[in-house]
Amino acid sequence: MIYLDLLIGFLEVGLFSFGGGYAAIPLIRDVVLSHGWMDDATLSHMIAVSESTPGPMMVNLATYVGSERGGILGALIATTAVVLPAFLFILIITALLKKFVKNKYFQAVLSGMKPSIVGIIFATGVFMAMQNCFWKIEAGFDAAAIALTLLLGILYFGSRKVMEKGLTPIQLICISAGIGVLVYGI
Amino acid sequence: MNAVTETTNVVTPAAKTNENIEEFSVIGALFLTFFKIGLFTFGGGYAMIPLIENICVEKKKWITHEEMMDITVIAESTPGPIAINLATYVGYKQKKTVGALFATLGMVLPSFCIIYIISRFLDNFLEITWVASAFRGIKIAVALLIVDAAFKMFKKMKKKPFPLVIMLLSLVAMMIIDMLALRISSIVIMLMAALIGLVAFLASGNNRKESVKQ
Repeated sequence: MIYLDLLIGFLEVGLFSFGGGYAAIPLIRDVVLSHGWMDDATLSHMIAVSESTPGPMMVNLATYVGSERGGILGALIATTAVVLPAFLFILIITALLKKFVKNKYFQAVLSGMKPSIVGIIFATGVFMAMQNCFWKIEAGFDAAAIALTLLLGILYFGSRKVMEKGLTPIQLICISAGIGVLVYGI
Repeated sequence: MNAVTETTNVVTPAAKTNENIEEFSVIGALFLTFFKIGLFTFGGGYAMIPLIENICVEKKKWITHEEMMDITVIAESTPGPIAINLATYVGYKQKKTVGALFATLGMVLPSFCIIYIISRFLDNFLEITWVASAFRGIKIAVALLIVDAAFKMFKKMKKKPFPLVIMLLSLVAMMIIDMLALRISSIVIMLMAALIGLVAFLASGNNRKESVKQ
């Protein structure tokens, strides 16, 4: 049942995404890949759209997956599910357990979980970059993708050395879209 | 918007009907304020913090600067979108659960509508060759953005042996899962890391406070 899968999948995402939007990406990837709902390319499109539209990224991603899989009802269920844990946590903490966040056992759990999330996000990003360059291609590698990864990487990270704040993610997405059209054709 | 808040300020607490009007106008103001924040901030939770601070602390005085700092820390220690955590908190402070509900709803609604509309036509849009080419380029940028997000979180992390080892182990475990396409959720890795955190804390003696003062 698609609605139940969306509900459970996005409750999990909402419950384990400590640290905001990008922390949710590996989790959402788990959900969509394990159900065979989307592949990494579609996931990339979704991330780009979520990053280029206003609002919290996690909400955007949930609405998108929900809508793709289950129409308006699916979108409503996935969005509610991803928001619900955050909503309830804050409600309970502010109403009842003001000191819960400072609880030493909770902090001990976080002390393991937070660095783990950083590692998982690293691995996800690196794996997706590797997939762009080396995966599922007869020749074994995609020279254009490797060149583009290097070029965009140098541009994005290098821009911070030259400009005060560097390129924003939306600017990078626009530049990459332009280069994509030039390289892969109209 | 301004008219709404002015009426809330002149209300006399004695009058029952006025109280009701006040109640509704604050809830309306919460909804509209977070709707605006949700509609006009790109880049997610962290990009919203300065805007929420500006509106809710400085202009509307719904919460104090100290509360804002506290709730940002709490938001980082609780799961879910940071923007939702903040909206829920501000709403609750004003009008308890109903306020929290409307503030959160206001925050979610713009995203929901925009993304729902996009998701309806993006698939057709992607069949156009130049759009597909553009997205082949974008795919490469997205991978870089994810790596960059991890870098930024890494910079904020305490560079002590314990978190570094946990991070590296999680990275390797996740890479193996991805490379071999194993059906193991990253939640399993996170729960194991949480368990290690708890065990390490208990083993070091829970009265030693420095082990948890991250």
